[in-house]
Amino acid sequence: MRSHRKFARNFLGGISGGPVPEGATSTAPSETEHRFRVYRNNVAHGLSRALARHYPVVERLVGPECFAGLAALYIERHPPRTPILTEWGGRFALFLAETETLSDLPYLPDIARIEWARSRAYHAQDAAPLRPEDLRRFAERIGEGLQLYLHPSTQILQLATPAGSIWASQQPDGPRPPAPDQWCAETVLVARRGIAHVITVVITPATGRFLAHLMEGANVAEAHSHAGDGFDLNAAFALLLENALIVGAGHREDQT
Amino acid sequence: MRLPAKPGLGFKPEHYPAIAETKPDLGFFEIHAENYMGAGGMPHAMLERLRQDYAISIHGVGLSIGGPDPLDTDHLDRLSALCARYEPESFSEHLAWASHNGIWMHDLLPLPYTRETLNLICDHIDQLQTHLGRQVLLENPATYLLFEESDIPETAFLAEISARTGYGLLLDVNNVFVSCVNHRSDPRGYLARFPLEKVGEIHLAGHEEEELPSGPLLIDSHGRSVAEPVWALFAETVSKTGPVASLIEWDNDLPDFATLMAEAERAGGILAGASHALAS
Repeated sequence: MRSHRKFARNFLGGISGGPVPEGATSTAPSETEHRFRVYRNNVAHGLSRALARHYPVVERLVGPECFAGLAALYIERHPPRTPILTEWGGRFALFLAETETLSDLPYLPDIARIEWARSRAYHAQDAAPLRPEDLRRFAERIGEGLQLYLHPSTQILQLATPAGSIWASQQPDGPRPPAPDQWCAETVLVARRGIAHVITVVITPATGRFLAHLMEGANVAEAHSHAGDGFDLNAAFALLLENALIVGAGHREDQT
Repeated sequence: MRLPAKPGLGFKPEHYPAIAETKPDLGFFEIHAENYMGAGGMPHAMLERLRQDYAISIHGVGLSIGGPDPLDTDHLDRLSALCARYEPESFSEHLAWASHNGIWMHDLLPLPYTRETLNLICDHIDQLQTHLGRQVLLENPATYLLFEESDIPETAFLAEISARTGYGLLLDVNNVFVSCVNHRSDPRGYLARFPLEKVGEIHLAGHEEEELPSGPLLIDSHGRSVAEPVWALFAETVSKTGPVASLIEWDNDLPDFATLMAEAERAGGILAGASHALAS
Protein backbone atom coordinates (compact mmCIF):
# COMPACT_ATOMS: atom_id res chain seq x y z
CA MET A 1 0.00 0.00 0.00
CA ARG A 2 2.83 2.36 0.87
CA SER A 3 4.36 1.97 -2.57
CA HIS A 4 1.01 2.52 -4.35
CA ARG A 5 0.50 5.70 -2.33
CA LYS A 6 3.92 6.91 -3.35
CA PHE A 7 3.15 5.99 -6.96
CA ALA A 8 -0.12 7.97 -6.91
CA ARG A 9 1.56 10.99 -5.28
CA ASN A 10 4.34 11.04 -7.88
CA PHE A 11 1.89 10.54 -10.74
CA LEU A 12 -0.29 13.45 -9.60
CA GLY A 13 2.84 15.56 -9.13
CA GLY A 14 3.65 14.88 -12.78
CA ILE A 15 0.10 15.73 -13.86
CA SER A 16 0.42 19.15 -12.21
CA GLY A 17 3.67 19.91 -14.04
CA GLY A 18 6.25 17.92 -12.04
CA PRO A 19 8.63 15.34 -13.53
CA VAL A 20 7.42 12.14 -15.20
CA PRO A 21 6.76 9.72 -12.32
CA GLU A 22 9.49 7.26 -11.40
CA GLY A 23 8.85 3.80 -12.85
CA ALA A 24 6.84 5.06 -15.84
CA THR A 25 8.20 3.62 -19.05
CA SER A 26 7.27 2.55 -22.58
CA THR A 27 8.51 0.23 -25.33
CA ALA A 28 10.63 3.16 -26.58
CA PRO A 29 11.79 4.77 -23.29
CA SER A 30 12.78 8.01 -25.04
CA GLU A 31 9.07 8.54 -25.76
CA THR A 32 7.89 8.06 -22.18
CA GLU A 33 7.66 11.77 -21.46
CA HIS A 34 5.61 12.38 -24.60
CA ARG A 35 3.26 9.54 -23.62
CA PHE A 36 2.93 10.83 -20.06
CA ARG A 37 1.88 14.20 -21.49
CA VAL A 38 -1.24 12.52 -22.95
CA TYR A 39 -2.48 12.07 -19.37
CA ARG A 40 -1.44 15.60 -18.38
CA ASN A 41 -3.26 17.06 -21.42
CA ASN A 42 -6.36 14.89 -20.92
CA VAL A 43 -6.71 16.05 -17.32
CA ALA A 44 -6.14 19.74 -18.19
CA HIS A 45 -8.47 19.61 -21.19
CA GLY A 46 -11.18 17.65 -19.38
CA LEU A 47 -11.25 20.00 -16.39
CA SER A 48 -11.02 23.12 -18.53
CA ARG A 49 -14.02 21.99 -20.62
CA ALA A 50 -15.96 21.13 -17.46
CA LEU A 51 -15.41 24.69 -16.25
CA ALA A 52 -16.40 26.07 -19.66
CA ARG A 53 -19.70 24.17 -19.47
CA HIS A 54 -20.54 26.16 -16.33
CA TYR A 55 -19.22 29.46 -17.69
CA PRO A 56 -19.96 29.78 -21.44
CA VAL A 57 -20.48 33.57 -21.31
CA VAL A 58 -17.25 34.16 -19.37
CA GLU A 59 -15.47 32.09 -22.03
CA ARG A 60 -17.12 34.09 -24.81
CA LEU A 61 -16.20 37.41 -23.22
CA VAL A 62 -12.50 36.63 -22.62
CA GLY A 63 -12.00 34.32 -25.63
CA PRO A 64 -11.17 30.59 -25.59
CA GLU A 65 -7.39 31.02 -25.26
CA CYS A 66 -7.58 33.33 -22.27
CA PHE A 67 -10.23 31.07 -20.74
CA ALA A 68 -7.99 28.00 -21.04
CA GLY A 69 -5.21 29.95 -19.27
CA LEU A 70 -7.57 31.01 -16.49
CA ALA A 71 -8.85 27.44 -16.18
CA ALA A 72 -5.29 26.10 -15.80
CA LEU A 73 -4.64 28.56 -12.95
CA TYR A 74 -7.98 27.77 -11.34
CA ILE A 75 -7.29 24.01 -11.53
CA GLU A 76 -3.95 24.59 -9.78
CA ARG A 77 -5.47 26.71 -7.00
CA HIS A 78 -8.84 25.01 -6.58
CA PRO A 79 -8.59 21.43 -7.89
CA PRO A 80 -11.77 19.33 -7.73
CA ARG A 81 -12.42 17.92 -4.26
CA THR A 82 -15.47 16.01 -5.43
CA PRO A 83 -16.10 13.03 -7.72
CA ILE A 84 -19.07 14.96 -9.17
CA LEU A 85 -17.63 17.17 -11.86
CA THR A 86 -20.80 19.25 -12.23
CA GLU A 87 -20.35 20.40 -8.60
CA TRP A 88 -16.83 21.71 -9.17
CA GLY A 89 -16.15 25.32 -10.12
CA GLY A 90 -18.16 27.30 -7.55
CA ARG A 91 -15.25 29.52 -6.55
CA PHE A 92 -14.56 30.73 -10.08
CA ALA A 93 -16.24 34.12 -9.52
CA LEU A 94 -14.04 34.84 -6.48
CA PHE A 95 -10.99 33.62 -8.37
CA LEU A 96 -11.79 35.98 -11.28
CA ALA A 97 -12.22 38.87 -8.84
CA GLU A 98 -8.73 38.18 -7.45
CA THR A 99 -7.13 37.98 -10.90
CA GLU A 100 -5.51 41.37 -11.46
CA THR A 101 -5.06 41.05 -15.23
CA LEU A 102 -8.87 41.03 -15.54
CA SER A 103 -9.41 44.33 -13.69
CA ASP A 104 -10.53 46.05 -16.93
CA LEU A 105 -13.50 43.63 -17.02
CA PRO A 106 -15.01 44.48 -13.60
CA TYR A 107 -18.32 42.76 -14.46
CA LEU A 108 -16.69 39.38 -15.18
CA PRO A 109 -16.94 37.95 -11.62
CA ASP A 110 -20.64 38.91 -11.58
CA ILE A 111 -21.20 37.14 -14.90
CA ALA A 112 -19.60 34.07 -13.30
CA ARG A 113 -21.94 34.39 -10.28
CA ILE A 114 -24.92 34.38 -12.64
CA GLU A 115 -23.61 31.37 -14.56
CA TRP A 116 -22.91 29.36 -11.39
CA ALA A 117 -26.41 30.18 -10.13
CA ARG A 118 -27.81 28.97 -13.47
CA SER A 119 -25.95 25.65 -13.15
CA ARG A 120 -27.29 25.17 -9.63
CA ALA A 121 -30.80 26.02 -10.77
CA TYR A 122 -30.53 23.49 -13.62
CA HIS A 123 -29.79 20.67 -11.15
CA ALA A 124 -32.00 21.89 -8.28
CA GLN A 125 -34.66 19.70 -6.74
CA ASP A 126 -38.03 19.48 -8.50
CA ALA A 127 -41.11 21.05 -6.90
CA ALA A 128 -44.55 21.39 -8.48
CA PRO A 129 -46.03 24.91 -8.41
CA LEU A 130 -49.06 25.65 -6.28
CA ARG A 131 -52.21 25.86 -8.41
CA PRO A 132 -53.42 29.49 -8.79
CA GLU A 133 -56.82 28.62 -7.25
CA ASP A 134 -55.10 27.10 -4.20
CA LEU A 135 -52.89 30.15 -3.82
CA ARG A 136 -55.96 32.41 -4.03
CA ARG A 137 -57.71 30.33 -1.37
CA PHE A 138 -54.71 30.65 0.98
CA ALA A 139 -54.37 34.37 0.31
CA GLU A 140 -58.05 34.99 1.08
CA ARG A 141 -57.96 32.93 4.27
CA ILE A 142 -54.63 34.16 5.66
CA GLY A 143 -54.20 37.60 4.15
CA GLU A 144 -50.82 39.33 4.44
CA GLY A 145 -49.65 36.87 7.12
CA LEU A 146 -49.34 34.39 4.24
CA GLN A 147 -46.15 32.39 4.07
CA LEU A 148 -44.88 31.57 0.56
CA TYR A 149 -42.45 28.80 -0.28
CA LEU A 150 -40.44 29.38 -3.44
CA HIS A 151 -39.03 26.80 -5.85
CA PRO A 152 -35.72 25.33 -4.54
CA SER A 153 -33.87 26.71 -7.58
CA THR A 154 -34.67 30.35 -6.68
CA GLN A 155 -31.62 32.56 -6.11
CA ILE A 156 -31.37 36.35 -5.76
CA LEU A 157 -28.04 37.92 -6.75
CA GLN A 158 -27.19 41.48 -5.68
CA LEU A 159 -24.55 42.58 -8.17
CA ALA A 160 -22.45 45.75 -8.15
CA THR A 161 -22.31 45.79 -11.97
CA PRO A 162 -24.95 45.52 -14.76
CA ALA A 163 -23.90 41.89 -15.26
CA GLY A 164 -27.51 40.73 -15.74
CA SER A 165 -27.92 43.00 -18.77
CA ILE A 166 -24.45 42.08 -20.06
CA TRP A 167 -25.25 38.37 -19.67
CA ALA A 168 -28.51 38.88 -21.62
CA SER A 169 -26.65 40.73 -24.38
CA GLN A 170 -24.50 37.64 -24.96
CA GLN A 171 -27.47 35.35 -25.65
CA PRO A 172 -28.70 34.59 -29.19
CA ASP A 173 -30.85 37.55 -30.31
CA GLY A 174 -30.06 39.28 -26.99
CA PRO A 175 -30.46 43.05 -26.49
CA ARG A 176 -27.48 45.40 -26.93
CA PRO A 177 -25.18 45.57 -23.89
CA PRO A 178 -25.77 48.61 -21.64
CA ALA A 179 -23.92 51.76 -22.69
CA PRO A 180 -21.24 52.96 -20.23
CA ASP A 181 -23.48 55.85 -19.04
CA GLN A 182 -26.23 53.31 -18.14
CA TRP A 183 -24.00 51.37 -15.80
CA CYS A 184 -25.51 50.62 -12.43
CA ALA A 185 -25.77 47.88 -9.85
CA GLU A 186 -28.31 45.16 -10.71
CA THR A 187 -30.41 42.62 -8.84
CA VAL A 188 -30.86 39.36 -10.74
CA LEU A 189 -33.31 36.52 -10.18
CA VAL A 190 -32.06 33.11 -11.31
CA ALA A 191 -34.45 30.16 -11.02
CA ARG A 192 -35.90 27.26 -12.95
CA ARG A 193 -39.39 27.36 -14.43
CA GLY A 194 -40.67 23.78 -14.42
CA ILE A 195 -38.22 21.01 -15.25
CA ALA A 196 -36.21 22.56 -18.03
CA HIS A 197 -36.21 26.31 -18.29
CA VAL A 198 -33.59 28.25 -16.30
CA ILE A 199 -34.50 31.95 -16.16
CA THR A 200 -32.21 34.94 -15.60
CA VAL A 201 -34.19 38.13 -15.00
CA VAL A 202 -33.04 41.60 -13.92
CA ILE A 203 -35.49 42.71 -11.20
CA THR A 204 -35.86 45.89 -9.15
CA PRO A 205 -33.83 46.07 -5.92
CA ALA A 206 -37.14 46.27 -4.00
CA THR A 207 -38.43 43.04 -5.56
CA GLY A 208 -35.06 41.46 -4.81
CA ARG A 209 -35.35 42.42 -1.11
CA PHE A 210 -38.93 41.15 -1.00
CA LEU A 211 -37.99 37.76 -2.47
CA ALA A 212 -34.85 37.44 -0.34
CA HIS A 213 -36.94 38.00 2.80
CA LEU A 214 -39.54 35.46 1.68
CA MET A 215 -36.74 32.94 1.18
CA GLU A 216 -35.44 33.61 4.67
CA GLY A 217 -38.84 32.76 6.15
CA ALA A 218 -40.59 36.13 6.36
CA ASN A 219 -44.32 36.16 5.59
CA VAL A 220 -45.70 38.36 2.82
CA ALA A 221 -46.43 41.31 5.16
CA GLU A 222 -42.96 41.21 6.73
CA ALA A 223 -41.21 40.83 3.38
CA HIS A 224 -43.33 43.68 2.01
CA SER A 225 -42.31 45.96 4.88
CA HIS A 226 -38.62 45.22 4.18
CA ALA A 227 -38.88 45.75 0.43
CA GLY A 228 -38.57 49.52 0.66
CA ASP A 229 -39.27 52.26 -1.87
CA GLY A 230 -40.81 51.56 -5.23
CA PHE A 231 -42.02 48.06 -4.41
CA ASP A 232 -44.89 46.74 -6.52
CA LEU A 233 -46.50 43.72 -4.82
CA ASN A 234 -48.68 42.86 -7.81
CA ALA A 235 -45.72 42.88 -10.17
CA ALA A 236 -43.74 40.66 -7.77
CA PHE A 237 -46.62 38.14 -7.61
CA ALA A 238 -46.98 38.21 -11.38
CA LEU A 239 -43.26 37.44 -11.76
CA LEU A 240 -43.51 34.49 -9.35
CA LEU A 241 -46.67 33.07 -10.94
CA GLU A 242 -45.48 33.50 -14.50
CA ASN A 243 -42.38 31.46 -13.68
CA ALA A 244 -44.16 28.82 -11.54
CA LEU A 245 -41.97 29.68 -8.55
CA ILE A 246 -44.54 29.49 -5.73
CA VAL A 247 -44.50 25.84 -4.65
CA GLY A 248 -46.22 26.10 -1.28
CA ALA A 249 -48.16 28.47 0.97
CA GLY A 250 -49.67 28.55 4.43
CA HIS A 251 -49.27 29.81 7.96
CA ARG A 252 -45.73 29.89 9.30
CA GLU A 253 -45.76 26.33 10.56
CA ASP A 254 -48.23 24.55 8.32
CA GLN A 255 -46.80 24.42 4.85
CA THR A 256 -48.95 23.02 2.06
CA MET B 1 -30.88 -8.58 -14.50
CA ARG B 2 -28.81 -8.36 -17.65
CA LEU B 3 -28.50 -5.98 -20.55
CA PRO B 4 -30.09 -7.33 -23.74
CA ALA B 5 -27.48 -8.77 -26.12
CA LYS B 6 -28.08 -5.96 -28.59
CA PRO B 7 -26.39 -2.69 -29.52
CA GLY B 8 -26.71 0.30 -27.19
CA LEU B 9 -25.67 3.96 -27.21
CA GLY B 10 -24.17 6.34 -24.68
CA PHE B 11 -27.00 8.76 -23.86
CA LYS B 12 -26.39 12.42 -24.72
CA PRO B 13 -29.02 15.00 -23.68
CA GLU B 14 -28.55 16.71 -27.08
CA HIS B 15 -30.10 13.62 -28.69
CA TYR B 16 -33.06 13.37 -26.35
CA PRO B 17 -35.58 14.96 -28.78
CA ALA B 18 -34.53 12.58 -31.59
CA ILE B 19 -34.79 9.57 -29.25
CA ALA B 20 -38.17 10.60 -27.84
CA GLU B 21 -39.51 11.13 -31.35
CA THR B 22 -38.11 8.08 -33.17
CA LYS B 23 -37.96 5.46 -30.34
CA PRO B 24 -34.98 3.80 -32.04
CA ASP B 25 -34.56 0.03 -31.93
CA LEU B 26 -31.72 -0.25 -29.41
CA GLY B 27 -31.05 -2.68 -26.60
CA PHE B 28 -30.05 -0.10 -24.01
CA PHE B 29 -28.67 3.34 -23.18
CA GLU B 30 -25.64 3.91 -20.98
CA ILE B 31 -25.15 6.94 -18.74
CA HIS B 32 -22.22 8.19 -16.66
CA ALA B 33 -23.31 7.88 -13.03
CA GLU B 34 -21.70 11.16 -11.95
CA ASN B 35 -23.78 13.20 -14.41
CA TYR B 36 -26.97 12.16 -12.61
CA MET B 37 -26.15 13.10 -9.05
CA GLY B 38 -27.90 16.45 -8.96
CA ALA B 39 -31.15 16.72 -7.00
CA GLY B 40 -33.56 17.15 -9.92
CA GLY B 41 -34.24 18.94 -13.20
CA MET B 42 -33.79 17.78 -16.78
CA PRO B 43 -31.12 15.08 -16.25
CA HIS B 44 -33.43 12.99 -14.06
CA ALA B 45 -36.53 13.82 -16.09
CA MET B 46 -34.85 12.56 -19.27
CA LEU B 47 -33.43 9.47 -17.60
CA GLU B 48 -36.78 8.53 -16.08
CA ARG B 49 -38.42 8.82 -19.49
CA LEU B 50 -35.64 6.79 -21.12
CA ARG B 51 -35.93 4.13 -18.43
CA GLN B 52 -39.55 3.47 -19.41
CA ASP B 53 -38.54 2.37 -22.91
CA TYR B 54 -35.03 0.96 -22.58
CA ALA B 55 -32.68 -1.09 -20.44
CA ILE B 56 -30.15 1.16 -18.67
CA SER B 57 -26.46 0.68 -17.98
CA ILE B 58 -24.93 2.93 -15.32
CA HIS B 59 -21.23 3.48 -15.90
CA GLY B 60 -19.26 5.02 -13.02
CA VAL B 61 -16.21 7.16 -13.73
CA GLY B 62 -15.48 8.64 -10.29
CA LEU B 63 -14.96 5.85 -7.78
CA SER B 64 -11.19 5.47 -8.23
CA ILE B 65 -11.20 1.71 -7.67
CA GLY B 66 -7.51 1.48 -8.59
CA GLY B 67 -6.41 4.30 -6.26
CA PRO B 68 -4.53 3.85 -2.99
CA ASP B 69 -7.13 5.58 -0.81
CA PRO B 70 -10.17 3.92 0.77
CA LEU B 71 -13.27 4.26 -1.42
CA ASP B 72 -15.26 7.43 -0.73
CA THR B 73 -18.23 6.15 1.29
CA ASP B 74 -20.36 9.20 0.47
CA HIS B 75 -19.85 8.39 -3.18
CA LEU B 76 -20.73 4.73 -2.61
CA ASP B 77 -23.97 5.94 -1.01
CA ARG B 78 -24.71 8.17 -4.00
CA LEU B 79 -24.10 5.25 -6.40
CA SER B 80 -26.38 3.04 -4.29
CA ALA B 81 -29.12 5.68 -4.34
CA LEU B 82 -28.82 6.06 -8.13
CA CYS B 83 -29.02 2.27 -8.63
CA ALA B 84 -32.00 2.04 -6.26
CA ARG B 85 -33.79 4.81 -8.15
CA TYR B 86 -33.25 3.52 -11.70
CA GLU B 87 -32.69 -0.23 -11.15
CA PRO B 88 -30.23 -0.45 -14.05
CA GLU B 89 -29.64 -3.78 -15.78
CA SER B 90 -25.89 -3.20 -15.39
CA PHE B 91 -23.43 -1.20 -13.30
CA SER B 92 -19.81 -0.90 -14.39
CA GLU B 93 -16.61 0.88 -13.35
CA HIS B 94 -12.99 1.06 -14.50
CA LEU B 95 -9.65 -0.59 -13.84
CA ALA B 96 -8.16 2.84 -13.22
CA TRP B 97 -7.86 5.51 -10.56
CA ALA B 98 -8.93 9.14 -10.50
CA SER B 99 -8.31 10.56 -7.05
CA HIS B 100 -5.77 10.75 -4.24
CA ASN B 101 -5.75 12.70 -0.98
CA GLY B 102 -9.17 14.15 -1.64
CA ILE B 103 -8.36 15.59 -5.09
CA TRP B 104 -10.16 14.21 -8.18
CA MET B 105 -8.48 14.46 -11.60
CA HIS B 106 -11.62 13.33 -13.43
CA ASP B 107 -9.60 11.18 -15.78
CA LEU B 108 -8.99 7.42 -15.89
CA LEU B 109 -5.37 7.14 -14.76
CA PRO B 110 -3.22 4.00 -15.17
CA LEU B 111 -1.67 1.87 -12.44
CA PRO B 112 1.07 -0.74 -12.10
CA TYR B 113 -0.17 -4.34 -12.03
CA THR B 114 1.34 -5.91 -8.90
CA ARG B 115 0.23 -8.18 -6.02
CA GLU B 116 -0.21 -5.03 -3.92
CA THR B 117 -2.56 -3.29 -6.37
CA LEU B 118 -4.39 -6.57 -7.11
CA ASN B 119 -5.21 -7.10 -3.42
CA LEU B 120 -6.21 -3.47 -3.02
CA ILE B 121 -8.55 -3.55 -6.02
CA CYS B 122 -10.14 -6.85 -4.91
CA ASP B 123 -10.85 -5.26 -1.50
CA HIS B 124 -12.36 -2.18 -3.17
CA ILE B 125 -14.51 -4.31 -5.46
CA ASP B 126 -15.76 -6.47 -2.59
CA GLN B 127 -16.74 -3.28 -0.79
CA LEU B 128 -18.49 -1.89 -3.90
CA GLN B 129 -20.43 -5.08 -4.63
CA THR B 130 -21.48 -5.41 -0.99
CA HIS B 131 -22.57 -1.77 -0.93
CA LEU B 132 -24.58 -1.99 -4.15
CA GLY B 133 -25.82 -5.53 -3.45
CA ARG B 134 -25.23 -6.55 -7.04
CA GLN B 135 -22.62 -7.83 -9.45
CA VAL B 136 -20.53 -5.16 -11.09
CA LEU B 137 -18.54 -5.13 -14.36
CA LEU B 138 -14.95 -3.86 -14.51
CA GLU B 139 -13.61 -2.31 -17.73
CA ASN B 140 -10.13 -2.78 -19.19
CA PRO B 141 -8.39 0.58 -19.73
CA ALA B 142 -6.77 2.32 -22.70
CA THR B 143 -3.19 3.08 -21.65
CA TYR B 144 -0.30 5.10 -23.02
CA LEU B 145 2.44 4.10 -20.53
CA LEU B 146 3.88 0.99 -18.92
CA PHE B 147 5.30 0.70 -15.39
CA GLU B 148 8.56 -0.96 -14.39
CA GLU B 149 7.03 -2.46 -11.23
CA SER B 150 4.20 -4.20 -13.14
CA ASP B 151 4.77 -7.95 -12.93
CA ILE B 152 1.31 -9.27 -13.85
CA PRO B 153 -0.05 -9.00 -17.42
CA GLU B 154 -3.27 -6.97 -17.68
CA THR B 155 -5.33 -9.96 -18.86
CA ALA B 156 -4.13 -12.13 -15.94
CA PHE B 157 -4.74 -9.20 -13.57
CA LEU B 158 -8.37 -8.87 -14.76
CA ALA B 159 -8.90 -12.64 -14.77
CA GLU B 160 -7.71 -12.96 -11.18
CA ILE B 161 -9.84 -10.00 -10.00
CA SER B 162 -12.86 -11.58 -11.63
CA ALA B 163 -12.11 -15.03 -10.18
CA ARG B 164 -11.59 -13.68 -6.67
CA THR B 165 -14.45 -11.18 -6.48
CA GLY B 166 -17.06 -12.63 -8.80
CA TYR B 167 -16.85 -9.37 -10.75
CA GLY B 168 -17.90 -9.52 -14.39
CA LEU B 169 -15.85 -7.81 -17.07
CA LEU B 170 -16.63 -5.05 -19.51
CA LEU B 171 -14.46 -5.63 -22.56
CA ASP B 172 -13.64 -2.39 -24.35
CA VAL B 173 -12.40 -3.63 -27.71
CA ASN B 174 -11.19 -0.16 -28.72
CA ASN B 175 -9.17 0.03 -25.50
CA VAL B 176 -7.61 -3.37 -26.29
CA PHE B 177 -6.60 -2.12 -29.73
CA VAL B 178 -5.34 1.27 -28.46
CA SER B 179 -3.27 -0.26 -25.63
CA CYS B 180 -1.84 -3.08 -27.74
CA VAL B 181 -0.81 -0.75 -30.57
CA ASN B 182 0.69 1.68 -28.03
CA HIS B 183 2.65 -1.09 -26.31
CA ARG B 184 3.58 -2.81 -29.58
CA SER B 185 1.80 -6.03 -28.72
CA ASP B 186 -0.77 -8.16 -30.54
CA PRO B 187 -4.44 -7.39 -29.78
CA ARG B 188 -5.43 -10.91 -30.92
CA GLY B 189 -3.03 -12.38 -28.38
CA TYR B 190 -4.58 -10.11 -25.70
CA LEU B 191 -8.08 -11.25 -26.61
CA ALA B 192 -7.00 -14.91 -26.69
CA ARG B 193 -5.86 -14.52 -23.05
CA PHE B 194 -8.87 -12.45 -21.95
CA PRO B 195 -11.46 -14.39 -19.87
CA LEU B 196 -14.22 -13.94 -22.46
CA GLU B 197 -16.68 -16.07 -20.44
CA LYS B 198 -16.82 -13.22 -17.86
CA VAL B 199 -17.77 -10.52 -20.40
CA GLY B 200 -21.15 -8.92 -19.65
CA GLU B 201 -20.80 -5.96 -22.01
CA ILE B 202 -18.60 -4.73 -24.85
CA HIS B 203 -17.59 -1.12 -25.57
CA LEU B 204 -16.68 0.25 -28.99
CA ALA B 205 -15.39 3.76 -29.68
CA GLY B 206 -13.25 5.82 -32.01
CA HIS B 207 -9.63 6.86 -31.37
CA GLU B 208 -7.13 9.40 -32.67
CA GLU B 209 -3.70 8.52 -34.02
CA GLU B 210 -0.39 10.36 -33.94
CA GLU B 211 2.99 9.24 -35.17
CA LEU B 212 5.97 8.84 -32.83
CA PRO B 213 9.49 7.83 -33.98
CA SER B 214 8.85 4.27 -32.78
CA GLY B 215 5.43 4.03 -34.46
CA PRO B 216 1.84 5.10 -33.84
CA LEU B 217 0.45 6.42 -30.55
CA LEU B 218 -3.32 5.96 -30.34
CA ILE B 219 -5.46 8.14 -28.09
CA ASP B 220 -8.82 6.89 -26.83
CA SER B 221 -10.75 10.05 -27.75
CA HIS B 222 -14.39 8.87 -28.10
CA GLY B 223 -14.70 11.59 -30.74
CA ARG B 224 -15.17 9.73 -34.05
CA SER B 225 -16.48 6.54 -35.62
CA VAL B 226 -15.14 3.11 -34.65
CA ALA B 227 -11.98 2.22 -36.62
CA GLU B 228 -11.99 -0.71 -39.10
CA PRO B 229 -9.46 -2.87 -37.19
CA VAL B 230 -11.62 -2.46 -34.06
CA TRP B 231 -14.72 -3.64 -35.96
CA ALA B 232 -12.72 -6.68 -37.10
CA LEU B 233 -11.64 -7.50 -33.53
CA PHE B 234 -15.24 -7.01 -32.37
CA ALA B 235 -16.54 -9.48 -34.99
CA GLU B 236 -13.89 -12.05 -34.03
CA THR B 237 -14.71 -11.62 -30.33
CA VAL B 238 -18.47 -12.03 -30.64
CA SER B 239 -18.00 -15.03 -32.93
CA LYS B 240 -16.54 -16.68 -29.79
CA THR B 241 -18.78 -15.21 -27.09
CA GLY B 242 -22.05 -15.08 -29.00
CA PRO B 243 -24.13 -11.88 -28.91
CA VAL B 244 -23.27 -9.50 -26.05
CA ALA B 245 -24.67 -6.06 -25.13
CA SER B 246 -22.42 -3.77 -27.20
CA LEU B 247 -22.13 -0.03 -26.68
CA ILE B 248 -21.07 2.70 -29.10
CA GLU B 249 -19.32 5.42 -27.03
CA TRP B 250 -19.10 8.84 -28.63
CA ASP B 251 -18.58 11.62 -26.08
CA ASN B 252 -16.71 14.41 -27.91
CA ASP B 253 -17.36 16.22 -31.21
CA LEU B 254 -20.84 14.76 -31.01
CA PRO B 255 -22.45 13.95 -34.40
CA ASP B 256 -26.17 13.89 -35.14
CA PHE B 257 -28.21 11.00 -33.82
CA ALA B 258 -28.49 9.33 -37.23
CA THR B 259 -24.69 8.94 -37.37
CA LEU B 260 -24.69 7.23 -33.97
CA MET B 261 -27.56 4.98 -35.04
CA ALA B 262 -25.61 3.94 -38.15
CA GLU B 263 -22.74 2.81 -35.87
CA ALA B 264 -25.18 0.97 -33.60
CA GLU B 265 -26.78 -0.73 -36.61
CA ARG B 266 -23.39 -1.89 -37.83
CA ALA B 267 -22.74 -3.39 -34.38
CA GLY B 268 -26.22 -4.96 -34.49
CA GLY B 269 -25.48 -6.59 -37.85
CA ILE B 270 -22.29 -8.15 -36.47
CA LEU B 271 -24.12 -9.37 -33.35
CA ALA B 272 -26.85 -10.95 -35.51
CA GLY B 273 -24.17 -12.67 -37.60
CA ALA B 274 -22.57 -14.04 -34.43
CA SER B 275 -25.91 -15.39 -33.30
CA HIS B 276 -26.45 -17.25 -36.63
CA ALA B 277 -22.89 -18.56 -36.67
CA LEU B 278 -23.28 -20.06 -33.18
CA ALA B 279 -26.68 -21.53 -34.04
CA SER B 280 -25.46 -23.27 -37.19
